[in-house]
Amino acid sequence: MIRVLAPLPVLLPLVGAAAALLVGGRHPRIQRTLSILVLAAVLTVSVALLLLADADGAAAVSVGGWPVPLGIVLVVDRLSALMLVVAATVALGVLVFAVGQGAADGDEETPISIFHPTFLILIGGVANAFLAGDLFNLYVGFEILLTASYVLLTLGGSAPRIRAGITYIVVSLLSSLLFLAAIGLVYASTGTVNLAQLAGRLAELPDGTRLLLQSMLLIAFCIKAAVFPLSAWLPDSYPTAPAPVTAVFAGLLTKVGVYAIIRTQTLLFPGGALDQVLMWAALATMLVGILGAVAQTDVRRILSFTLVSHIGYMVFGIALASTAGLAGAIFYVVHHIAIQTTLFLVAGLMERQGGSTGVNRLGGLAAASPLLAVLYFVPAMNLAGIPPFSGFIGKLGLLEAGVADGGWLPIVLVAGGAVTSLLTLLAISRVWSRAFWRPPAQAGGQEPVSAATGDRTAARRAAWQRHTAVATATAPVTDGLGPDRERQRPLRPLPRVMVGSTAAMVVVTVGLTVLAGPLYGVAQRAAEDLLDRGPYISAVFGEQEVP
Amino acid sequence: MTPTVVLPLVIGGLYAAGVHLLLDRSLTRVLLGFLLLGNATNLLLLSAGGASGLAPILGYAEPEEMSDPLPQALILTAIVITFGIAAFLLAIIYRSWRLVRQEVVEVDEEDRRVARRSETDADEIDPDDLAPEDRSAMHADTFDADADVERRLARQYAGIPSDDVDLPPTTRRRR
Repeated sequence: MIRVLAPLPVLLPLVGAAAALLVGGRHPRIQRTLSILVLAAVLTVSVALLLLADADGAAAVSVGGWPVPLGIVLVVDRLSALMLVVAATVALGVLVFAVGQGAADGDEETPISIFHPTFLILIGGVANAFLAGDLFNLYVGFEILLTASYVLLTLGGSAPRIRAGITYIVVSLLSSLLFLAAIGLVYASTGTVNLAQLAGRLAELPDGTRLLLQSMLLIAFCIKAAVFPLSAWLPDSYPTAPAPVTAVFAGLLTKVGVYAIIRTQTLLFPGGALDQVLMWAALATMLVGILGAVAQTDVRRILSFTLVSHIGYMVFGIALASTAGLAGAIFYVVHHIAIQTTLFLVAGLMERQGGSTGVNRLGGLAAASPLLAVLYFVPAMNLAGIPPFSGFIGKLGLLEAGVADGGWLPIVLVAGGAVTSLLTLLAISRVWSRAFWRPPAQAGGQEPVSAATGDRTAARRAAWQRHTAVATATAPVTDGLGPDRERQRPLRPLPRVMVGSTAAMVVVTVGLTVLAGPLYGVAQRAAEDLLDRGPYISAVFGEQEVP
Repeated sequence: MTPTVVLPLVIGGLYAAGVHLLLDRSLTRVLLGFLLLGNATNLLLLSAGGASGLAPILGYAEPEEMSDPLPQALILTAIVITFGIAAFLLAIIYRSWRLVRQEVVEVDEEDRRVARRSETDADEIDPDDLAPEDRSAMHADTFDADADVERRLARQYAGIPSDDVDLPPTTRRRR
């Protein structure tokens, strides 16, 4: 059963993308329905895979029927199935949000005939990376998702998006080339790229060679995962994209890098030769990232910096290389994918409602739109790790694992993690108190209009200012617009589909808290499998001797 | 086949030239650097296959005499990916040229604004103190210069859309 289902998360989005492209712009309604159905199917298959993998253990499929070490294998174990489920969930939520936005905007911001196929290909690439059983297929998965992400990031081709896109593309290309070179060296020294076979053969190499291969792969993955000092590209490139695109990038793409780090560190390079380096990198990622977030005044950029910062927690868990540490890291990945996506969707709604993402320009959102305030508050507290949310559970697990380790460096990291958590609370509560809590009259216009905002946003902003001025009867708005213009552009309510999908995502993040027990159980078992390595290798090779 | 020193030298040379070009601000050079790096990596993959031999076709050569087919398959895949991304990069460069009439990596405005808020390094960051080529396309000076060029072009080539790429280069030298 699991063998029949395993290729579907890759196959369905790719076939769906082709179909969506054929349907094209002529039948946008069919295209939308098709994309949503495909992602719903992927989600169903992923849930089935997780249940099967958790019950029966890992399984592998040889694509094309080649004997095992020769052909491409797709491997489903608890970790990859869990990642698939979360990825499919946020992808579905974001797609519904994008459909809502496209319907409300008349498709100007997301040219829909390109958006849907590209989005599906992105998900296909992500699924391929999660399921890949050999290094080169992992590379291909990365390339598929990266190429799709280049297109999504530069959608519309406006000047800020092109600028951001170029930085992103060049950095991604560099990491991909490094990865490819590492694959070449791995093949030269071991004669295989199959992960399960590499697990045995890499152990036979001299220490120096193994260390070189490990550090090349780690650097390549750390660029993708945005681990400091390889993280500077992320806050530059993510915030300019359309809201749904930023949301899915922030949630998924860096986590694919984290997944690759987990997989290679546990399966290929056990023994922890670089764990100390990873710990320092994790500490620097947490602190530098969150200090960046505190310095920012734009909601999306604050969120981008917290994204970088919280990658540090996951790297910390990986570097601990204990069952508790890995389990914490896996749970934190799951939590963070959902939470970061949700917050970026909320930021999209805030921009829509307030006409800006600058916290100095926003004000009074809580009074005008209480639902939006709730939608921001719940995931924001979750991100900061306030009990009883899943962020708290994940962080607690990681910090406990750090204390249990006993060394002085993990203790330093535990302290760093606690500080980061507090600073996260500071950064996001600043957004809360300025954008939502303070009276709109205090919101100054001292910030120049960001290059990313266009005419449409300016109009929304003007409508918002008039609305709040009337609602609170404070200072009159002097934005230089005549009464005619005022009548033309009233404050529009937020589109129901967008609010609905964001609310559904918030429910999912709260659901992670409710289901934290079973989820942590799966993460625990996945971590045990990873450290044991036996289940993965025997899933690929079965009874036969590993050649 | 005996080990050859030519292949490592070529790979190293390509990597060096590729990295050098990639660090340039001109996007066309970045693209060329990426192509060189891609080819260097392909050669690295080729050399990973070990000694060369006959074509790996059953019936044409004995298995002992064949060269390793797997790196060749990997290289083919890598070439296709490099090709596709190079095409996309070209499109992006062209788009960037149309938008701001220059094809260099630009400075992030938001970064600059955040940096400007701290007073200590405000002098360093002030765009007016920067060399003209380091100023962003959104800088006020650039707008004026662009407007000048647009006016002159409009006089010289009346009737031709101003962002048509086939126009002769303007007299303004940016770099």
